[in-house]
Amino acid sequence: MTVNATAVTLDSACELHPQVALRPEPFGALAYHYGNRKLIFLKHPDVVAVVRDLAQHATLADALIASGVHRDRWPSFVTAISALQSSEVVRVR
Amino acid sequence: MSADALVSQLKQGLDAPICLTWEITYACNLQCVHCLSSSGVRDPRELSTAQAKAVLDELRDLQVFYINIGGGEPMIRKDFFEILEHAEHNNIGVKFSTNGTYIDAENAKRLAEMNYLDVQISIDGTDAATNDAVRGAGSFAVALRAMNHLRDANFGPFKISVVVTRHNVDQLDQFKALADSYGAQLRITRLRPSGRGVDSWNELHPTQAQQRQIYNWLLAHGDNVLTGDSFFHLNALGESLPGLNMCGAGRVVCLIDPIGDVYACPFVIHDQFKAGSIFDEGGFTSVWRDSKLFLSLREPESAGACTSCGNYDSCQGGCMAAKFFTGLPLDGPDPECVIGAGEALLQSTRISLIPKPAMDHSRSVRLNAPTSVSVR
Repeated sequence: MTVNATAVTLDSACELHPQVALRPEPFGALAYHYGNRKLIFLKHPDVVAVVRDLAQHATLADALIASGVHRDRWPSFVTAISALQSSEVVRVR
Repeated sequence: MSADALVSQLKQGLDAPICLTWEITYACNLQCVHCLSSSGVRDPRELSTAQAKAVLDELRDLQVFYINIGGGEPMIRKDFFEILEHAEHNNIGVKFSTNGTYIDAENAKRLAEMNYLDVQISIDGTDAATNDAVRGAGSFAVALRAMNHLRDANFGPFKISVVVTRHNVDQLDQFKALADSYGAQLRITRLRPSGRGVDSWNELHPTQAQQRQIYNWLLAHGDNVLTGDSFFHLNALGESLPGLNMCGAGRVVCLIDPIGDVYACPFVIHDQFKAGSIFDEGGFTSVWRDSKLFLSLREPESAGACTSCGNYDSCQGGCMAAKFFTGLPLDGPDPECVIGAGEALLQSTRISLIPKPAMDHSRSVRLNAPTSVSVR
């Protein structure tokens, strides 16, 4: 396994990977990476909303606040965004 | 959401296909005995270049990220590269299937220069005798020549696509070795009784023992081999094979045929599975989202005669096309059901009730000129 990215925390400044397109679907969205050609299912609409707007916020925490995600759920979002970082849907800017 | 929950979402359909097959011509220089689209001669109604580009524009707007282009032999079209380039410019990834005839040194170079393109060369044996029995005399040598050109042009990892039959199932390791020797990726798919396969399926489809052989081979090698998730009927043998365990017809995949008709999948070119045409009002988008056929395929399916079988959750009743073109009820077992329920039904199916494919573009068999024989 390659060691590359910085770990995602609530203080990370993140963004949707520039080679990734999001397509809205009833269950959330499909994310397609034009570089590695992987298709990833984003299975929660609120994760989609956060991911989509990451670049507009200084930190992940700010993005969660803006999307109205309750603090109790923040740890699960850190986990989800970290997973999306390892599949190159999201990157730390 | 668990994997099962995702599958149940996918079964209800998506706003656009994940991946669709677009066959761009019925013309083909080969006459493979299992051709799923009965290809051979061009259909005069095939899409013009402008119409083909309009299809790509619509798919771009729907955010269809990649498509499979096939035929017929797609490279026969004079505007083949123009179509590829239009897809590339619109960020639509293309994988096209070819028998390799038109991949000479120059075309291989041209293909290697394109981004976002996969090439899939079809072979059905690792030797000429096995391959050519299905694909026609000389076709193995032609495919190897194409692979050599792609390698020499540094195309990168192309794909080698194999339909598994009774006669090549023992060559799975050799197919893998051949692919490895080219740095290529092996793809194996299930033989369907579609197109000319209606007539050849009985002779070609793997036996029950061979089904288990395929299953065991995929359990051992499945992570490095593509299958188009086509072997899910084998999941009833035990542990599930990699991939989505579901039929994607009309839910996540579909077919646009060379004249613009839209079918539920590439293996069901028949009126019963025709959802509409790209020329209908609202175009492909409306057909995908609103056609009666596709909406009905997204309804929960009935297990029918398979209800009492404990394996239904594993095998999902198998392949709709395989059932349809062998004359079996769609809500019953697959003809290759691993516990033998399909075989028993096949025995009692009347041949006269087996549906015929909607169209046949096979070339008529040319008879040799009569030889005059003089007799004393």
